[in-house]
Amino acid sequence: MDTEILARIQFAFTIAFHYIYPPLSIGIGLIMVIMEGMYLKTGQKQYEILTRFWLKIFAITFGIGVATGIIMEFEFGTNWAVYSRYVGDIFGSALAAEGLFAFGLESAFLGILLFGWNRVSPKVHFISTIGVFLGSMFSAVWIVVANSWQQTPAGYHIVGEGFDARAEVTDFWAMVFNPSSVDRIIHVWQGAFLAGAFLVLSVHAYYLLKGRYVEISKKAFKIALAIATIFSLSQLISGHSSADGVSENQPAKLAAMEGHYEASAPADLYLLGWVNDETQEVTGIKLPGGLSFLVHQDFEAPITGLNAFPKEDRPGQVNAVFQFYHIMISIGMFLIALTLYASFLWWRGKIFDKKWLLKIFAFSVLLPQIANQVGWFSAEMGRQPWIVYGHLRTNEGFSQEVSSNQILFSLILFLVVYAILFLLFIYSVNKKIKHGPYDEAKNPDEFLKYV
Amino acid sequence: METFLGIDYPTLWYLVVGLLFSGYAILEGFDYGAGAWHLFLRKDLSRRISINAIGPLWDANQVWLIIGAGALFAGFPVMYATMLSAMYIPFMLFLMLLVLRSAAIKFRSAEEMKWWRKTWDIIYFLSNSLISFLLGVVLGNILQGVEIGENLSYQGGIFFSFLNPYAIMVGFTTISIFMTQGAIFLLLKTEGRLFERLTFLLKKGMIFFIISFAVTSFYTLMFLPGVTDKFKEYPIFFILPVLAFLAVANVPRLVSKKKYAYALLFSSLTMAFLLMLVAFQLYPVLLPSTIDPKYSVTIYNAASSQKSLGIMLTIVLIGAPLLAGYFLFLYKTFHGKVKLDDTSY
Repeated sequence: MDTEILARIQFAFTIAFHYIYPPLSIGIGLIMVIMEGMYLKTGQKQYEILTRFWLKIFAITFGIGVATGIIMEFEFGTNWAVYSRYVGDIFGSALAAEGLFAFGLESAFLGILLFGWNRVSPKVHFISTIGVFLGSMFSAVWIVVANSWQQTPAGYHIVGEGFDARAEVTDFWAMVFNPSSVDRIIHVWQGAFLAGAFLVLSVHAYYLLKGRYVEISKKAFKIALAIATIFSLSQLISGHSSADGVSENQPAKLAAMEGHYEASAPADLYLLGWVNDETQEVTGIKLPGGLSFLVHQDFEAPITGLNAFPKEDRPGQVNAVFQFYHIMISIGMFLIALTLYASFLWWRGKIFDKKWLLKIFAFSVLLPQIANQVGWFSAEMGRQPWIVYGHLRTNEGFSQEVSSNQILFSLILFLVVYAILFLLFIYSVNKKIKHGPYDEAKNPDEFLKYV
Repeated sequence: METFLGIDYPTLWYLVVGLLFSGYAILEGFDYGAGAWHLFLRKDLSRRISINAIGPLWDANQVWLIIGAGALFAGFPVMYATMLSAMYIPFMLFLMLLVLRSAAIKFRSAEEMKWWRKTWDIIYFLSNSLISFLLGVVLGNILQGVEIGENLSYQGGIFFSFLNPYAIMVGFTTISIFMTQGAIFLLLKTEGRLFERLTFLLKKGMIFFIISFAVTSFYTLMFLPGVTDKFKEYPIFFILPVLAFLAVANVPRLVSKKKYAYALLFSSLTMAFLLMLVAFQLYPVLLPSTIDPKYSVTIYNAASSQKSLGIMLTIVLIGAPLLAGYFLFLYKTFHGKVKLDDTSY
């Protein structure tokens, strides 16, 4: 296989694996802040037990997130040297800001969060929890800013030609607030909150079904359900706003997402479907003119289609972009329905009676994870063939001096090490869940009182 | 070219990057060094104490690598891209070992089984030793230069050319200085029998360091042409090797007086002076080309735009005091001997 393909496979694999963990850390982080805040406010021991329990799972998640994240940072240079030289001037300051403002904050307070229970006061510990949580939120900001700049470059000019060409920043704030960054940061944050909330929901639904730790599980379930409901709904708003931005700034991507080929015609909205790139036809269930309506509030308005672009300037994998995008949307819709119904039952005071609903929650843990992954896949594949939209092609961006054998070597290493890491992650999280939030053997009387 | 305090921006950023990597070497130096002693500690409890000595700190220390690499990318994207793609294999191995090391810290004490702990102990020991070694190897290759041709493209060997005799020597020197640093750090964190054992190990470490340092220095002066040119031009900088030597010599003295905190300070200074020496000797080159000096990567042909450097210097001016504050608080909180409790690894 050639170097470009291998470099892309390696990047896709390492980033997809990495992206399992940071959203979980951000989401669990938010819930821990709420739990520990409740503990400080009410003084109820249950909230402390919950905080300590979720902190254990957070610690593993965060650790793997950092370890696999360092690899991403270096991979730009090792595998995408031409790209790195091209965007360093712009990407660099975002990365430097991320390091100083985000990673510094989260890593320094992490030590206190994990090991400081007996060394600092509860208030200082709470501040550390907030510090780690904010740090993880900031790191999402900077990295999404950098990626958004690749999608919708702004605040820059191109200097030099041929090999020496590169983008230089002319307006820092225009670069940071490029047309897509705000929508996408919010979208990513909310996706992360959902990933965390659904893990918490799943674990505590499991306890409730088993009849273990019932009292504290009810408390945790309610906190997570509130978060899940709010953010599944608001995800719709940021998602819509994001898609509007795509229609304006990256029309080829939007056309691929809905399999819309005709250069300029009203476009349909598919619930699901299959794109045949040869015949340029989509078979599926659709709302005629639906995409036109979403973008222009008019069923007849024309939308730029894929054929408006030369073949070499539009995404190659139209069906893949279409499918990933639609999986994300379907999951989003399902989560809205699920959380709204559950919240309704909560309001009526019946939520914990419905075993079947708790079962669905126990299994739903993977859904936000899948949505996060496929959402990124459609965003990144939809940007193709560009690595920097409109300026630098992916097939020009990889390291020319690195051979395919080197990448094959590192790819195999990654596969082996990440497989081990993943098994360890599943094994230890599973063990912590099985063990439960409270060691009943240690203190059986207290156990009955609190749990 | 824009300047601040009479120094041009690329030079200032060179100092920032240098400072960050010195911080990384000093802080992760004792983490890696402590890990490189791991199998020399025999009891399971000793090994647990050793891991928990760095427990609350290593993640924060590692941030210096993340920020340092980010700073290199931000300020000298050409250097970042050329160095990483030219030294692909050593950097990939380095990254993999970092992952394994994190896993070892997190998972080693999670199970009681003997085979489990033994396996992680070996992984922990090997990853720390090899990470230290590879960092030295990379430094050795930078000092010696690599085969960079036209258009900053690397033209050297692909798989094993990074393992040349000089790089290996610098690699061993790096392990030895980290082990010295690590042993002193552990002395600050331990008591009783383990403390005695570490005092004994520290002596061995110092001997290992002095020998490898002497050999590497000798080789550098004999076989790396042009190393002394800079000093002939600016004799005042002879003070750097002298200071480095004095700092090294002071370490055993302070250890024998049981002033371990000062000993750690002076072994940190040794590293700082040695890195300054390297930085001074290279400046303004970042990565010398062995094909033709005109192809070398320098702070001027590798730098980001003046505008970008200006923004980043502002970011550093705001961020550095914050970072310093976090670190002071963290280190203050975990000051003193290791006490294992239910939150420990």
